[in-house]
Amino acid sequence: MLSRRRLLLATAGLWAGGARARPDVGPAALPEGTLSSSTYDTLPGKLPLIKKSFRPPNFETPARVLGEAFTPNEAFFVRYHLSSIPEVDPAAWRLAVGGEAAAGTLSLSLDVLRREFTPVEIAAVCQCSGNRRGLSNPHVPGVQWGHGAMGNARWRGVRLKEVLERAGVKSGAVEVAFDGTDSGVVDKTPDFVKSIPAWKALDENTLLAYEMNGEPLPHWHGAPLRLVVPGWTATYWIKHLARIEVLAQPLTGFWMNPAYRIPKGRFPIVDRFVSQENETTTPITEMVVNSLITNLRDRMLYRSRTPLFVRGIAWDGGYGIARVDVSTDGGRTWGTAELGEDFGRFSTRQWSFAFVPEPGDHVVMARATNRLGASQSFELVFNPAGYHNNVVHSVNIRCT
Amino acid sequence: MHVMSRVAAQTAFLLIGLFAGGAATGGEDAITLKDGDGRALVETNCVMCHSLDYIEMNSPFLDRKGWDASVNKMIKVMGAPVSPEEAQTIVDYLSSRYGK
Repeated sequence: MLSRRRLLLATAGLWAGGARARPDVGPAALPEGTLSSSTYDTLPGKLPLIKKSFRPPNFETPARVLGEAFTPNEAFFVRYHLSSIPEVDPAAWRLAVGGEAAAGTLSLSLDVLRREFTPVEIAAVCQCSGNRRGLSNPHVPGVQWGHGAMGNARWRGVRLKEVLERAGVKSGAVEVAFDGTDSGVVDKTPDFVKSIPAWKALDENTLLAYEMNGEPLPHWHGAPLRLVVPGWTATYWIKHLARIEVLAQPLTGFWMNPAYRIPKGRFPIVDRFVSQENETTTPITEMVVNSLITNLRDRMLYRSRTPLFVRGIAWDGGYGIARVDVSTDGGRTWGTAELGEDFGRFSTRQWSFAFVPEPGDHVVMARATNRLGASQSFELVFNPAGYHNNVVHSVNIRCT
Repeated sequence: MHVMSRVAAQTAFLLIGLFAGGAATGGEDAITLKDGDGRALVETNCVMCHSLDYIEMNSPFLDRKGWDASVNKMIKVMGAPVSPEEAQTIVDYLSSRYGK
């Protein structure tokens, strides 16, 4: 009841007179050109999402949708680096497994993967490394994501470990590399190939997924098979998988270095990717703890002197959310939010917090802490690619 | 000349669409860039690999050095077949029309 009334109020208009005719394409802190070029557009099979670029398709999920426990497939964000994205015929498709540090080779059909390996399902956040890049200060080039280059889904498939063990992993294995069927338009464009450390490939939670939220993996999400690396950013979640190679040497190439790197020692990271580290940089690995207010819109009017619910989600790199604190006075005082159902340590966790606002302006903030005691930062840890932005989300509302 | 360049660019979209096996081109042909010297060069070259909304999206926060780095990355890393002279014109255009 209440939330429905809030919703109606929330659609009543912005406090600045409701003059902004444009739909909500993201926070006001995004670059001017990002706000003016973003539109709601619809890829085949999808709902209208915030279009960042048409080709390759980069589409963002509106924050209000992320408040749901699981992001519907039709509303899930879409991110591609390269523009040639063939539709894969699942019947003809085969997964090739091999490499220098594999004992043998495999060619697996979807049917064999489904029949001969143990099915596993994990709820996990898929978040682009560059989620919130558009909020970097100063701005940095790249896809100017707001809050929605992420989603939470139930991924069903088989353990990568089980597939690798069937091929046989030699003792010299350092990394495992993954290549999908998508590619660049120009021959010289480096193919998007990524590797993860051998220990991570053999982690029981790392999956080859053929289903997403109970449906066959949709085209835009990597049909017929994608890598799922729970806890780690989506750069490793290779879509349209065609080839897996067990490597005896670290993978080289643009997408491993200099791309997807963070400065060493600046973030509280547990999982390291040692074979790829150099003196100054290291590949991005696990997600940092983060949270998002999903039901309140910046610069909107709400009713005072009646309970107002603040709702949102929190997530981290797979340690699990311990608590979420909410402030309604710009960070001066904090209260503890109530956590929703626990779908596992790799999933987003819903939370809610009720307060009775006095008339006037309120700055609402949320800050999550994980089970390791790591929390979100108030100041941006600037880095040239705009990764790991977990600055406390803050929404300005006016209550009348 | 202006009309010619748009036709050429639209032909490029069409060909890419065919080769990409029906990859979405959506509303990208409605994207209009700001007028200026070099616009035709941008429309025919940059559009080979990506839609032109990347340009406005990444504005207006890059200075000339920033646009130069972006264009250079497209040539050196991504393999865009653009000559050094063309690159200069493209950087001039991007930094004057979409720069800070």
